Amino acid sequence: MKETVITSGRMNPGIDPVLHAWGWEIPIYLFLGGVVAGILFFAGLYYIRGKSEQYKATVKIAPLFVPAMLSIGLLALFLDLTHKLYFWRLYTIIRWESPMSWGAWILMIVFPLSLMWIATFIEDIFPNWDWKFNFVKKTVTWLTGFQKWMAWGLIITSLILGMYTGILLSAFNARPFWNTAILGPLFLVSGLSTGTAFIMLISKSHEEKSKLGQIDLVLIAIEIFLIIHMFMGFLASTEVQIHAAHMFLGGPYTAVFWTFVFTLGLIVPFISEALELKGFKIPVVIPAMLVLIGGLILRFIVVDAGQSSRWLYKFVEQLQ
Amino acid sequence: MSKRLNRREFIKILGAGTGGALVGASTIQTFAGMKTASSADLITEGSIEKTPTYCELCFWKCAGWVHKKDGEPWKITGNPDDPNSHGRFCPRGTGGIGTYTDPQRLKTPLIRIEERGKQVFKEATWDEALDYIAAKMNKIKEKWGPECIALFTHGSGGTYFKTLLKGFGSNNIAAPSYAQCRGPREEAYLLTYGEGVGSPERTDMVNSKCIVLIGSHIGENMHNGQVQDFSEAVANGATVITVDPRYSIAASKSKYWLPIKPATDMALLLAWINVIIEEELYDKEYVKQYTYGFEELKKAVKKNTPEWAYPITTIKPHLIRETAREMAKNAPATLVHPGRHVTWYGDDTQRVRAGAILNALLGSWGRRGGFYAPAKAKVEKYPLPEFPKPKKDWKDAFPDQFPLANLALSSGICDATIPTPGKDCSFKGWIVYGTNLPLTLPEPKKTIEALKALELVVAIDIMPMEITGWADVVLPECTYLERYDDIRISPGRESTIALRAPAFEAKYDTKPAAWIAKELSKKLGLEKYFPWETFEDYLDYRLKSIGSSLEEMKKIGVKKLAHDEDLYFLNGEEYEFGTNTGKIELYSTALEEHGFDPVPKYTHHEEPPEGYYRLNYGRAPMHSFSRTTNNSYLTDLMAENVVWINPLIAKEWDIKTGDYVVLKNTDGTKSNKIKAYVTQRIRHDSLYMVHGFGHRQKQMSTSYLKGADDTNLMSRVKIDPIMGGTGMRANFITFSMEDV
Amino acid sequence: MARYAMAIDTKRCVGCADCVVACQTENNVPIGYCRDWIVQDTYGEYPNLSMEIRSERCNHCDDSPCVRCCPTSASHYAEGGIVLVTHDECIGCKACITSCPYDARYVHPEGYIDKCTFCIHRVKEGEDPACVAVCPTHCMIFGDLDDKNSEISKVLRSRKYKTLIPEAGTKPHVFYLL
Ligand SMILES: Nc1nc2c(c(=O)[nH]1)N[C@H]1C(S)=C(S)[C@@H](COP(=O)(O)OP(=O)(O)OC[C@H]3O[C@@H](n4cnc5c(=O)[nH]c(N)nc54)[C@H](O)[C@@H]3O)O[C@H]1N2
Ligand SMILES: Nc1nc2c(c(=O)[nH]1)N[C@H]1C(S)=C(S)[C@@H](COP(=O)(O)OP(=O)(O)OC[C@H]3O[C@@H](n4cnc5c(=O)[nH]c(N)nc54)[C@H](O)[C@@H]3O)O[C@H]1N2
Ligand code: SF4
Ligand code: SF4
Ligand code: SF4
Ligand code: SF4
Ligand code: SF4
Ligand SMILES: [Mo]
Repeated sequence: MKETVITSGRMNPGIDPVLHAWGWEIPIYLFLGGVVAGILFFAGLYYIRGKSEQYKATVKIAPLFVPAMLSIGLLALFLDLTHKLYFWRLYTIIRWESPMSWGAWILMIVFPLSLMWIATFIEDIFPNWDWKFNFVKKTVTWLTGFQKWMAWGLIITSLILGMYTGILLSAFNARPFWNTAILGPLFLVSGLSTGTAFIMLISKSHEEKSKLGQIDLVLIAIEIFLIIHMFMGFLASTEVQIHAAHMFLGGPYTAVFWTFVFTLGLIVPFISEALELKGFKIPVVIPAMLVLIGGLILRFIVVDAGQSSRWLYKFVEQLQ
Repeated sequence: MSKRLNRREFIKILGAGTGGALVGASTIQTFAGMKTASSADLITEGSIEKTPTYCELCFWKCAGWVHKKDGEPWKITGNPDDPNSHGRFCPRGTGGIGTYTDPQRLKTPLIRIEERGKQVFKEATWDEALDYIAAKMNKIKEKWGPECIALFTHGSGGTYFKTLLKGFGSNNIAAPSYAQCRGPREEAYLLTYGEGVGSPERTDMVNSKCIVLIGSHIGENMHNGQVQDFSEAVANGATVITVDPRYSIAASKSKYWLPIKPATDMALLLAWINVIIEEELYDKEYVKQYTYGFEELKKAVKKNTPEWAYPITTIKPHLIRETAREMAKNAPATLVHPGRHVTWYGDDTQRVRAGAILNALLGSWGRRGGFYAPAKAKVEKYPLPEFPKPKKDWKDAFPDQFPLANLALSSGICDATIPTPGKDCSFKGWIVYGTNLPLTLPEPKKTIEALKALELVVAIDIMPMEITGWADVVLPECTYLERYDDIRISPGRESTIALRAPAFEAKYDTKPAAWIAKELSKKLGLEKYFPWETFEDYLDYRLKSIGSSLEEMKKIGVKKLAHDEDLYFLNGEEYEFGTNTGKIELYSTALEEHGFDPVPKYTHHEEPPEGYYRLNYGRAPMHSFSRTTNNSYLTDLMAENVVWINPLIAKEWDIKTGDYVVLKNTDGTKSNKIKAYVTQRIRHDSLYMVHGFGHRQKQMSTSYLKGADDTNLMSRVKIDPIMGGTGMRANFITFSMEDV
Repeated sequence: MARYAMAIDTKRCVGCADCVVACQTENNVPIGYCRDWIVQDTYGEYPNLSMEIRSERCNHCDDSPCVRCCPTSASHYAEGGIVLVTHDECIGCKACITSCPYDARYVHPEGYIDKCTFCIHRVKEGEDPACVAVCPTHCMIFGDLDDKNSEISKVLRSRKYKTLIPEAGTKPHVFYLL
């Protein structure tokens, strides 16, 4: 028998009785980061594979949403800061050991890159577009010559961005639930999957949709594998991680996670996309929306659960 | 702006630390290749002022310093020259600033405008309030005599009201520290050794090799110097034997924890005495030279073997023997601690006496590691005219009772206030200084009955406590940090005095007790008892008598005076004890004379009825009774009390830690809701809570209805027939599930 | 170079929380917040019990994740290995909070992240930290591990001790004497 009691009434806001340093802002930011990574990855990929015309939504249209998504994500991140006036300190230093730092910097690269990418396609999409200033027009034309380089840039940076959203959390060894190397790949794959889903939603081409559906099928399969693998890893690990896993296996997160993320966010879209492949008519919005919502909830749950899993004071009686 | 200031501050500190002058704010970015400290850590700068004080958060009266930074309150620390604190305050004293800054403090004098119990007051000027009191006091004096006014006092400022009341013609002055606290202990030691234990206790615990704690929950009972001594002894490897139905902090530091069945300590003590005598472990020389009545004692405890005590106490015989031998092995550096709050079961004087006898057998009184002879500074009193002689006192209300009570009983005065046919000395007026009677006196219904029957109730307090709700006139005193008080003269190993000077100006319309008493004396025509012009003059006069001065004391706070008496008996020293026989009375002639057992005897106490548990209570280190439970620094540490429940009991009632429960006693009185704490640390036959919570005064919004009040559940007491102490652990409680 | 550390004697500590109040008043820690706290572990079943009482705070880890993950380097090692936060470099991203396995940090109402500083301002003046200086049981020892003759070095040589969750790999510098 062991009783642990904090007897001095420790009640630091946001820390006690369970850690709640990060609220809705970080999951939103991570989610949007993931979607953006997915969009930009496939935009770059299909450009290089020379499919810009068949996969117009993928290469040209979906990226149009990226700056807005990034802005909302960054706004959420900004709102989360408690010492906002000093946010510029992020950009006075690069700290390789801090995922927060290189995350901030990768966004500094992705954001302008996505803008440039869009710019080079804008006249293509909106034929009546007028750049107003000649020098802009000239610059854009000049940039268009580098589309291939940009596409490679998108592929690389989007992969980093996607990984980063998972590694940010898994860098925090202090939280047993985040302390797994699988979180990086999981968030990357989930990001690619939500990106795919987003493109599927806006695509008008049947061919594009069904191609993306096939890709998504694979991504979802990988996700399911990673999640199972992650829990098995936890259960075979230290006491604190077993405790963390139990939050999902009979603990407070069990219902939300297995119903919304696993079943509705992965299994159902998987089945419906598979059926679609077999020729059944299923409106694409159903799996796509489910994937997006599932991805969003996944991030909320992982951020929250990570914070409630701890090394110390797991069984503390809060007497105050 | 503040940032810039802080940078500069950093340079100054750095400069001091490195001995060099470093200038230029922006250049100080690195220090040995590392960055500067964070700005908020650089807080020692600013103009710092220190004022001496002694603490009023409990009655240990530690001396220390109040620090101000740029005129703002900063912190309170101990004075290293002070033997009560050795420079370290306890959590309450350290959080004392919270008492001063409490926004819910009393702010102006108040006069009741409706009947007592309804709390409708009007704000008044000091003049109005004091006129009102003087008129009422004079009326009572005229009709019934001045003796019908009683003073309850617990705290530094009480002394001026004592003077006032004595001048007025009444000697009925009581403190809860007698009949609700250490009265039985003082009488037991007086009966045995001819001297009391005093406060701070004359225990030489710091040098003890074996410490026996019977109840005394040192560590939770946070009397500062005592905790320091205890910790030092523990660190030096002293064997601690703790007798407590609860796994107290002290128990956790003990080699032996004896989880005794509550109310049976006498049996254990007698068994220990039995073992020590039967196994001839006692200090033969000492017993022969200093004690009286050994043979009678031996005969009386013959049957009290460990085997006899086992079924009573639930402590195994071999453990009783082993612990007795441990005590003897370390004697005379064995301290059977006399306890402090000892009003438990009504046979308290006798129980404490059993411990005193044990100490005598071990030869620890007057010996290193046992009890020392305290020194006390002799400081001249301010000359006052003689007081009138009262014609009667509280004892007249209790003919033939409590023959050995040496001080007035607060509970007795309360009883004598309730109009009773056949009793003439009913009190008509109460002046209550610094004691929260509704939460302090057991049998609270009686307290309320008495308060309702009175013609005048005056409360001098700093907070809108329960007692002020019953007063006709509430006089707001300023806190101890805003006033001078009389010189602190504490007994101890050394002869010391300490000064309390105001660190802050009095907030609101509050005044020091000395000022209030003097002003009231003028209204009563008793100003001759307050002949000093200002209180500074009074202090200066007294300090000059020992070759110091107010000026000096303001600088040093604590002064050690010369004294050359020995702490311990010299080897074989002749000594005349202040008892009838001049010896340590193992057999008490005084008790015999008054028809009490001359040698303590075991009496069986009532046990909880089925489904009920004994109400046990005690202290938390971060609170003092009800006085600190509104102090924000201390509520931060502990905002409400919890009720300790053994897991077996909790299971029976389906109660989990964190659940709120309501408690109910055998008379059907219910408590406020209180959080459950299910723990292995308590026996299954009692429930425990910290005293001082469950305030019912809305004005104290911080503590209002936080936790439960143990006093409210104490509808029964067992009175000590020897000195009138109120045994408070005679109450049984259960859970009131319909209220959960 | 010094390496500052703290040793706390669990055998002496009575859990009074004086160290918590002293820290609060010394360091202007707001009401409702704390940089140190008291934990009581009770082992066993009635009546065979034992208890360990600890006054806990930031461990000023040698390998501290809070410093590692800070994107601005507001969290840093200062002299003597003390881990500090420079307020006007801190953006309040709370990465350090989630990275600390001891939950030793909190967001100060003014926005920056706060925690125990080992009272560096007092240490520089040659004084003990406020909590150490106030402790009525004298159960805390603060000092320099690089000085072999310091009290703390001596006590760590002569007594058994532990650190909290060493498996977290942070190399804590608050030691608990057993
Ligand atoms: N922090 C703090 N410290 C204080 C005070 C305060 O208010 N706050 N008040 C001070 C004052 S005025 C006093 S009088 C003292 C009081 O402090 P003590 O003199 O130590 O009081 P006790 O009643 O001995 O202590 C309560 C302990 O007795 C145990 N107990 C209960 N019933 C029994 C029993 O039948 N037998 C035995 N052996 N033990 C039992 C309880 O479990 C509890 O651990 O504390 C002083 N110190
Ligand atoms: N149920 C129960 N009752 C008990 C005890 C228990 O453990 N349980 N313990 C008993 C013991 S051991 C004792 S010693 C007594 C203590 O009994 P009290 O001394 O009555 O205890 P407190 O509840 O602290 O009440 C102190 C009062 O003084 C006021 N006060 C504080 N500082 C000042 C000041 O500077 N000036 C003025 N004018 N007023 C001030 C406070 O606001 C409060 O109203 O209680 C006894 N009664
Ligand atoms: S023991 Fe604590 S509360 Fe009592 S006088 Fe000393 S510092 Fe004040
Ligand atoms: S002040 Fe000392 S004894 Fe009290 S809790 Fe803190 S470390 Fe323990
Ligand atoms: S205890 Fe936490 S905050 Fe302190 S240095 Fe270690 S990781 Fe950082
Ligand atoms: S909150 Fe401040 S100190 Fe903590 S990691 Fe972020 S910038 Fe660094
Ligand atoms: S070292 Fe200073 S800052 Fe750290 S807990 Fe102690 S008093 Fe607080
Ligand atoms: Mo007391």
